[in-house]
Amino acid sequence: MMNELQQLEKDALAELNTAGTEEQFLNIKTKYLGRKGLLTGLLRNIAQVPDEEKPLFGKLCNELKNSLNAKIDEAIGRQTARNREEILLKEKIDITLPGKFIKYGRLHPVVQIRREICSVFASFGFSIVEGPEIELDYYNFEALNIPKDHPARDMQDTFYIEDNIVLRTHTSPVQVRVMEKIQPPLRILSPGKVYRRDSDVSHTPMFHQIEGLLVDKGVTFGDLKGILTAFLKKIFGDGTVLRFRPSFFPFTEPSAEVDIRCVMCGGNGCRVCGQSGWLEILGSGMVDPEVFKNVNYDPEVFSGFAFGLGLERIAMLKYGISDIRLFFENDIRFLKQF
Amino acid sequence: MLVSLNWLKDYVDISLTPQELAHTLTMAGLEVDDIKTIRPNFSGVVVAKILSVRPHPSADRLSLCEVTDGTETYKIVCGAKNITAGDTVPLARVGASIPGGYTIKSSVLRGETSDGMLCSEAELEIGEDASGIMHLPAELVLGTSLEKALNIEDTVLDVNVTPNRSDCLCMIGMAREVAAITGGKMKLPSVKMKESSEDINAMTSVKIIDADACPRYTARMIKNVEIKPSPFWMKSRLEAAGLRSINNIVDVTNFVMLEMGQPLHAFDFRFLEEGRIVVRKSKENEEFISLDEKKRILPSDTLLICDGVKPVAIGGIMGGLNSEVKEDTKDVFLESAYFNPLSIRRSARKLGMPTDAAFRFERGIDPEGVVKALNRAAQLIADLSGGSICKNYIDEYPQKVPSAENIPLRLERVNGIIGTEIKAKDVVKILNAIGMDVKNQRRGTYLVTPPTCRVDISREIDLIEEVIRLYGYDRVPVTLPDVSVSEQESIPRLNLEERIRLLMNGSGFTEVVNFSFGTPFAADMLSLRHDDERKNIVRIKNPLGEELSAMRTTIVFGLLDTAKRNANNGSFDLKLFEIGRIFIARKKGELPEERNILGGLITGKLTDDFWNAGNNADFYHLKGCLENIFHDLKIDHYRFASTADEPFLHPGKACKIFLNEKQIGWAGETHPDIKEKFDFKNNAYIFEINLDVLSEPYIHSHIFYKELSKYPAVMRDAAFVIPASMEADKMISTVWEQKEDLLENVSIFDVYNGKGLPEGTKSLGLRFSYRAADRTLTDAEASAIHEKIVQKTVNLTGAKIRS
Repeated sequence: MMNELQQLEKDALAELNTAGTEEQFLNIKTKYLGRKGLLTGLLRNIAQVPDEEKPLFGKLCNELKNSLNAKIDEAIGRQTARNREEILLKEKIDITLPGKFIKYGRLHPVVQIRREICSVFASFGFSIVEGPEIELDYYNFEALNIPKDHPARDMQDTFYIEDNIVLRTHTSPVQVRVMEKIQPPLRILSPGKVYRRDSDVSHTPMFHQIEGLLVDKGVTFGDLKGILTAFLKKIFGDGTVLRFRPSFFPFTEPSAEVDIRCVMCGGNGCRVCGQSGWLEILGSGMVDPEVFKNVNYDPEVFSGFAFGLGLERIAMLKYGISDIRLFFENDIRFLKQF
Repeated sequence: MLVSLNWLKDYVDISLTPQELAHTLTMAGLEVDDIKTIRPNFSGVVVAKILSVRPHPSADRLSLCEVTDGTETYKIVCGAKNITAGDTVPLARVGASIPGGYTIKSSVLRGETSDGMLCSEAELEIGEDASGIMHLPAELVLGTSLEKALNIEDTVLDVNVTPNRSDCLCMIGMAREVAAITGGKMKLPSVKMKESSEDINAMTSVKIIDADACPRYTARMIKNVEIKPSPFWMKSRLEAAGLRSINNIVDVTNFVMLEMGQPLHAFDFRFLEEGRIVVRKSKENEEFISLDEKKRILPSDTLLICDGVKPVAIGGIMGGLNSEVKEDTKDVFLESAYFNPLSIRRSARKLGMPTDAAFRFERGIDPEGVVKALNRAAQLIADLSGGSICKNYIDEYPQKVPSAENIPLRLERVNGIIGTEIKAKDVVKILNAIGMDVKNQRRGTYLVTPPTCRVDISREIDLIEEVIRLYGYDRVPVTLPDVSVSEQESIPRLNLEERIRLLMNGSGFTEVVNFSFGTPFAADMLSLRHDDERKNIVRIKNPLGEELSAMRTTIVFGLLDTAKRNANNGSFDLKLFEIGRIFIARKKGELPEERNILGGLITGKLTDDFWNAGNNADFYHLKGCLENIFHDLKIDHYRFASTADEPFLHPGKACKIFLNEKQIGWAGETHPDIKEKFDFKNNAYIFEINLDVLSEPYIHSHIFYKELSKYPAVMRDAAFVIPASMEADKMISTVWEQKEDLLENVSIFDVYNGKGLPEGTKSLGLRFSYRAADRTLTDAEASAIHEKIVQKTVNLTGAKIRS
């Protein structure tokens, strides 16, 4: 009987090895382990086994039953997986066809630049404020130490609505409006549209500016350099080389123009930087005491600095755009690139 | 300001290269925009002398010359008439090259050999004179190359002088700066003048009537001048500075203006009636013909220089045609004056005459430089014209021009503003270098008097700026301000705008930015009614063109225009939005109202991929986009009402948008008229929303979490047949108005108006969802509530149940 049992195991394993379909596996299962199966038959004949061997024989039969059962199930599982694999391969799709989606729109490139700059200054604790685009002469000029008939008015060719009302030529009037209402410490940033009577490849009659103002006790020109250096490195990269040079704005003194080493040629001189190796990026300076007096700040107590920059110019440098008018033609083929 | 380095070196020693000098000036606040090198366009041309001139035996127009370059004698055939033996002239020898790519060769002209060519200014491109051979100063060494002899090689810096630095609008001012920065030595021109015995006071007089506009007027008389072209050195100086040479008298006035910054004017004395000058303001509508031969009607309040009878110049701006120096002028009346900057600026603006003189006067000239320039010019005129300078000069100075004196300067303040620890002695040294007089008042405090040419300096801060400018911005240490919390907060609406931008992007809309001004006909093109507030247009007085003269009163016109332009470029499928301001005029003298508006436009196919080909945008896409925004912003209480009355919208496919019963915008399909006007292929769907109004509820919006029910919902459908004109909203709101607690939601699942329905009706399928928070609703319970609601809805609306 023991020999029969061994032979039966051999046969069953051999059959298992040759079987290939789920049906064949099930047949093997029935043949050996079914109610009328061969192993079941052996067990039924346990009476013919000597009494002392009966427990061992029964144990071996059971073990064989379990192991065969497991092996067959495993083989069936393997086969099922193989079958599914085949089906899945038949379902293969062309993944190079385009995706289905609602195409996102784009933000205007100037708005993207504005957002980037605002977030840098927000991280420096600046609040974002705004003011009217059609402005009183007083806020656009006089309060900023640009009296009527002053040659500094030539620096910005102005659109007039009435004798006393202009399209603001810079976002600086916002600082005056804020200072009139709020006492220092102040850290404000005012982005917005500004207007100058000018139109060519590098000028449009409307463009965007960001003006910043920081006022507190003991603010120095060194602080101005510090904040603006940190800002420009965030926008143009840590390796940005910059220089501060004297300039003139009626509402700041001392005033500084800030240049960065040309991003196109690295300072060797090219068409973009006019061979100078430097790009003018922003104007800045310590707030002129006259401006403080106009808003009833005591210049002996408070000092501060202001700065302003044109967003189109930054966008042009960053994206390599040579004609500023493209920003306002709103050709969708242009806008989709940003 | 164009600065010739050859010329600048007349006044200051310069050891830097042009590039180094440009950098140094730029870093001191005198930005150099451009560096131009001037090089001769010829070579091999030398200084030569004519030994003899005789007629060509067989050509009337030619002469035969013998010319020497100091070592050899050349035979030259020449066609010019203005040569005589003894003249010093430029000789292009055989092998020389002259402009135009010509190389001089030995040649035979009508049987006579010519071993070179005598040249005119124009032929060498060093001047405009083409009338004859150029005459050179006799003292030049023969055989010297012409470029060396005339110092033609030059570098010209284009310096951007800021409006405050009027002192740098002249060569000497520029030289002063260079000297201060580089330590180079200054060399000022010395004026040596021989006066004749005739006294100017016996010949003429000056009377100033308006001393505010003309605080100082000085004059000299130069008699018996001979008008002729200026010498080459003068011409080349003027040309390098961008001016044209006129004649020796006018050139001197321009030269001295460029040299010393004082504009001057020379009158032909014979045309000054009564032989005197009166300085007064113009009368109403006075006419005058200026030097540029233009007849001008002068605004009143223009400062005029008159003779005893009539105006002869617009003071500080331009001379008159009636008294200009002419070829036969003998006696010159030379004016050097100080005019009030404001007065000059106003007149120059009103007249549209931004002349070089006005430019300098309006920025403020050195009130103490007036006489220096007068004398320098008189001397140069005498030198160049052979005239004699009359004894004495007139100096009418009725009103002292104030200049700053003893400005207090605190060392502590200097370092406090700049953020440095500059020492007292260095501050004094810097100020002294630019001609400031510094007196020690007490420890750490000084009294500083700037030179009178520095009209920009009157306050302590002006001095501090000078200190840091010359100390060097790059030497100021980089620091960060102490941390402080701004007392001013950010404007909340800007957050809303940022949020909306993201939402619009996510819905496929691309942002555009249009000009805030445009055509004044926009309102008419949108067919706005005469009483529409958007017809209260803010107009620009001095626009760049009529098409850019009206501030916009809608965002959507710009979007339509953008869509049209894109269509012209072949882009027909568009989803555009813009966030910007519109401007509504108020009363005269008041600032207009500015509103922040979101505008949007969809036209053409929704997507351009093949999966969805052919699906065109319609009203509901627009509406869906807006609903999405409201949902995201957590704004309830909005409502779309079909009461639209915008004349540019299709009356049947448009709506007003309300928020808490306040209108915040509109949306709809463009009216067919608009479609025609803009020549659109497809319908466009447009909307505007007022963001100022929307930002209020946005700021206060909150999210309240609602407990999730553990129990299942029971769904019931019902289809109602209602008149085609009845709006779905009416049915939905009727359902909600019954305030059934267990009704969780009601939504539309079907709209049908085809076969099987009575004419003029439609079927609206509603799906009701019922749910209790605390138990599972039984079928019977749900059915009972549902029956009740449906029946009541039928009763209230007159709808019929579709079976």
